[in-house]
Amino acid sequence: MSDLLNVSVSPHIRAKDTTSGIMRDVLIALAPASIFGIYNFGYKALIIILVAVATCVAAEGIYEYFMHKKITVGDLSAAVTGLLIALNVPHTLPIGMVIIASIFAIIVVKQLFGGIGQNFMNPALAARCFLLISFTGPMTSFTYDAVTGATPLAVLKDGGSVDVLDMFIGQTAGTIGETSTLCILLGALYLVARKIISLRIPLAYIITFVVFIIIFGGNGFDAEYIAAHLCGGGLMLGAFFMATDYVTSPITPKGKIVFGILLGILTGIFRLFGGSAEGVSYAIIFGNLLVPLIEKFTVPRAFGIKKAKKEDK
Amino acid sequence: MSNLTFKGGVHPHDGKELSKDSPIVELKPIGDMVYPLSQHIGAPATPVVAKGDYVLEGQLIAAAGGFVSANIHSSVSGTVKAIEPRLVATGGMVNSIVIENDGEYKTVDYSANTKPLDELTDDDIRNVIKDAGVVGMGGAGFPTNVKLTPKNIDAIEYIIVNGAECEPYLTSDYRRMIEEPERVVGGLKIVLKLFKNAVGYIAIEDNKPDAIKKISELVKDEERISVKPVKTKYPQGGERTLIYATTKREINSKMLPADAGCIVHNIDTIVSIYNAVIEGWPLTKRIVTVTGALVNNPGNFYVYLGMNYRQLIEAAGGLKKDAVKFISGGPMMGFAMSSLDVPVTKGSASLLVLEEDYVAKVEPSACIRCGRCVEVCPERIIPSKLAALAQRGDKEGFMGLNGMECVECGSCSYICPAKRHLTQNIKAMRRNIMASMRK
Repeated sequence: MSDLLNVSVSPHIRAKDTTSGIMRDVLIALAPASIFGIYNFGYKALIIILVAVATCVAAEGIYEYFMHKKITVGDLSAAVTGLLIALNVPHTLPIGMVIIASIFAIIVVKQLFGGIGQNFMNPALAARCFLLISFTGPMTSFTYDAVTGATPLAVLKDGGSVDVLDMFIGQTAGTIGETSTLCILLGALYLVARKIISLRIPLAYIITFVVFIIIFGGNGFDAEYIAAHLCGGGLMLGAFFMATDYVTSPITPKGKIVFGILLGILTGIFRLFGGSAEGVSYAIIFGNLLVPLIEKFTVPRAFGIKKAKKEDK
Repeated sequence: MSNLTFKGGVHPHDGKELSKDSPIVELKPIGDMVYPLSQHIGAPATPVVAKGDYVLEGQLIAAAGGFVSANIHSSVSGTVKAIEPRLVATGGMVNSIVIENDGEYKTVDYSANTKPLDELTDDDIRNVIKDAGVVGMGGAGFPTNVKLTPKNIDAIEYIIVNGAECEPYLTSDYRRMIEEPERVVGGLKIVLKLFKNAVGYIAIEDNKPDAIKKISELVKDEERISVKPVKTKYPQGGERTLIYATTKREINSKMLPADAGCIVHNIDTIVSIYNAVIEGWPLTKRIVTVTGALVNNPGNFYVYLGMNYRQLIEAAGGLKKDAVKFISGGPMMGFAMSSLDVPVTKGSASLLVLEEDYVAKVEPSACIRCGRCVEVCPERIIPSKLAALAQRGDKEGFMGLNGMECVECGSCSYICPAKRHLTQNIKAMRRNIMASMRK
């Protein structure tokens, strides 16, 4: 029959949003923090960003080519991973380490587990933790205005005082993309406006963390202390850009809140009672591991199915 | 803006502007008429005419083949040419009565069927509706008289007329409400007569303010009837979502609306009830929207059941260029037709012409677990996981995550940024499980 028409099962239309569109939006949202990082730390930050993104994209493409898989670099997820790695390291880190970390993130954490959507841990954070363990020195020495010094969080931990306004704007020592709370919030606003992320995880995370440090921080309700903790370290970058990573956070609405609360508590524990001043990365990758469990216990109540029914099973 | 709604849902491009301002035009059929014996849920109807018989418009040609089944009447006068399997819109071959239209439209005496409403008992009304072959015309095709005979008549508290028309592009219900609102209200009054404890709601999406206004005006003195504007969102017109939006009652896949004290009727169905009881007309015509960007003159047509779909395209002025996909129904839940040489049946609300096959164009990629399918699912299940379980063939896992609650509305497939065929996978699994349950 010549006049056979195209047939498929409904629905016959699709929304315009695509995976690459979402990733592009994340890149746009990370732009303010990236640009501020380059402004703050100079050309070295730019080089690290370019190298990390290029290495991630190349590693993904080359791996997929040799494994005879479909090349998926077009979905921009590798570029996002690369940019996040760059934003999570100090600008003084040797380029070789950036390359190793990028390859580790893409090959070991992402591709070996099946590529996009299959990794059980946030690749960028796994790379950061990998660097922290392997190259502790270069990863924890921060220079600002040519002076090597402690990050505000480290100062805070030792009982020193910090300038909260400088921390909010980002004029402090730290990794390339984490210092400016203002720029991160601008990006986060964009993500929320574009409906890329919901506020469930970041809000649950931040609120829990604040409650935790009020109770255990030893300073009670001290607004300046709380603000310093919020603006310091990777909390904002982590809460809005890493904890909300689709692949490694729960898919269920309630699960997102549980996940956020868990991260808040873990970050509080690591920061207040841990050996180092920072704990966001470890908190999130630890939380990532619990995602399947969280999802299992937060399956939504299906429409029209009563709770009682579950019990008599 | 109305706040009566449900949780979840999507907002596809609605495309209704193409045909919403075109008044209903009656379309006289040309050529042979085809009446499939299965245009409803339940047993096929049994032919009561034979090859060579002469039939009148409105004459019974096939009788209900069981309790859940429906009569079928000829929509034209002419000679029975054959009783043979014919292709239908859903793609299968169905035994059908073929009638050669003599073009004279000689009708049976409809007035013989009617009596004043006051003189009819409740059972009379149900019988008239049954004899007229009225079925749910939103697509499912459930025999209306069966729906009107629930186990406990006194427990029915709401009769909901579904004027949501949430499927994109469709405007037939809208035109009906604008042009013949008195038939909509009249049909509802007949049904309310059967259910003494019920009130009537006419639910209309708030993107049709003129329909809301017109019908509100008509029912302002009716104590038992009110108009319920509902939020414009797909699938607002789904049975479960509409019941929830208007009454806050929830039903699941194992319940009938009657279990929650509700009965829901489509606009065309309620008008068919009116036509049958008041005018004595059996169900032989319906309104079909013919639309799509490629259609020269998109419009709404009063169509004789049994006529060929190809004629609808001609009536709408033909196509601007070759189309690749023809949908019977809306773009979210309609059937893609393999051929246009199929008859219009009781459940055909529209013919939608698509200039490109979006589904064939995009290639599914890996799930990135963005959770959008979970956010939009009106049944609050987890489409991405269910689709994965379906692909793996894990029936137990699928049922454990309430996969059978899916209403196949298509919202998850629509929203998925990775363009995965979620609804399709889930649908296939549900068919599979339902088939094994019947064994």
